[in-house]
Amino acid sequence: MFVLVVGGGKVGYYLTKELSESGHEVILMEKDRGRADQIADEIGSIVVAKDGCEGSALAEAGANRADVVAAVTGDDEDNLVICQMAKHHFSVRKTIARVNNPKNEPLFKHLGVDEIISPTRMILGSIEQDIPVHELLHLASLSGDFELIEAQLDDASPAVGRNARELELPDGCAIVAIVRDDVAQAIRGDTVFRAGDKVIATGRPECEPALHGTLIGVPSPG
Amino acid sequence: MRAVIVGCGRVGATMAQALDTTGHEVTIVDLATRSFDRLPATFRGNAVRGDGTDEDTLRRFGAEGADLFLALTEGDNRNVMAAQLAIEALGIRRVFAKVNDPVRAQAYAELGIGTICRTTMMADELLGVLGQAGGGESSVREGAGHPHAAALAAEVPTPAVPAGAVPAREG
Repeated sequence: MFVLVVGGGKVGYYLTKELSESGHEVILMEKDRGRADQIADEIGSIVVAKDGCEGSALAEAGANRADVVAAVTGDDEDNLVICQMAKHHFSVRKTIARVNNPKNEPLFKHLGVDEIISPTRMILGSIEQDIPVHELLHLASLSGDFELIEAQLDDASPAVGRNARELELPDGCAIVAIVRDDVAQAIRGDTVFRAGDKVIATGRPECEPALHGTLIGVPSPG
Repeated sequence: MRAVIVGCGRVGATMAQALDTTGHEVTIVDLATRSFDRLPATFRGNAVRGDGTDEDTLRRFGAEGADLFLALTEGDNRNVMAAQLAIEALGIRRVFAKVNDPVRAQAYAELGIGTICRTTMMADELLGVLGQAGGGESSVREGAGHPHAAALAAEVPTPAVPAGAVPAREG
């Protein structure tokens, strides 16, 4: 596979190195000549010292035959432009953008970037999972504006001791599974919730207050 | 008309002043408070410190639904990103981005974003003064309607623009 990596920071450097070691054809674009030369000294002459936001430079680096373009500079706006140029001018099949501001994810997705990697969101997710507060955890955003949400039940939860059929949830919001004793179970109408259950639910963002009230039991902070 | 300007450099400040003078409601955003020194003391609009490529910031001061959005910072990429935010997230119909790289200006004009290219503009002017024929490339391109924006603003009737259509030229 031919991968074009744009941005020779830490991410771009290690990405290029790993890809090259695993036998892929890879070109790294880094606009700072000093940095580009330094990387080329270490990993060989697969570095193009040009700005990947410029069409002519992308063409020179072989964007027209790239299978994947990965834009991993430190600037969201540059990564967006790189992916859009790759997509619209070079018909690259798969574009990947690193996004620092998690708020930019929907915009990038909407504008046709195929894959969006947000280190900020990942670290945030990791921290949230470690914090034993009684909050809904956002596991993932699904297409069509649906959220996948997890709630950990404790003794204070109004759902404990009741079965799924008895819970009053708004339309358009569904409990899909529970994880109990490290085993995932599908939800049936007669599933009785216990303290310690992890409940996985899905719905649009506006369902959150109701889910919060039903599963966690304290008023939603939002 | 309600106008939002991102970037209070020379062009941004000049536009802000001009639109303000002609009675429009202007909000100008810049990362550095200092750049607002470029605005005249008579400026009656809002000057907001903030990141014009940040959706939250733009929403906070009410950019949503403005009539005109001008992205005039020093960075081409920042400008096209702000412009696309304005179209996609804020529902602004008339948007221009300053894109000094002619290739990128052309590319984004084809995507339906209004662009203004200082490079071709100055070259054309100079060639004109020197009595040489202009380059033929238009330095200002009116956005032909972003393909996504058309879908988003479906309730507002817009003339259909085929994908990749050549955007209308001004003048």
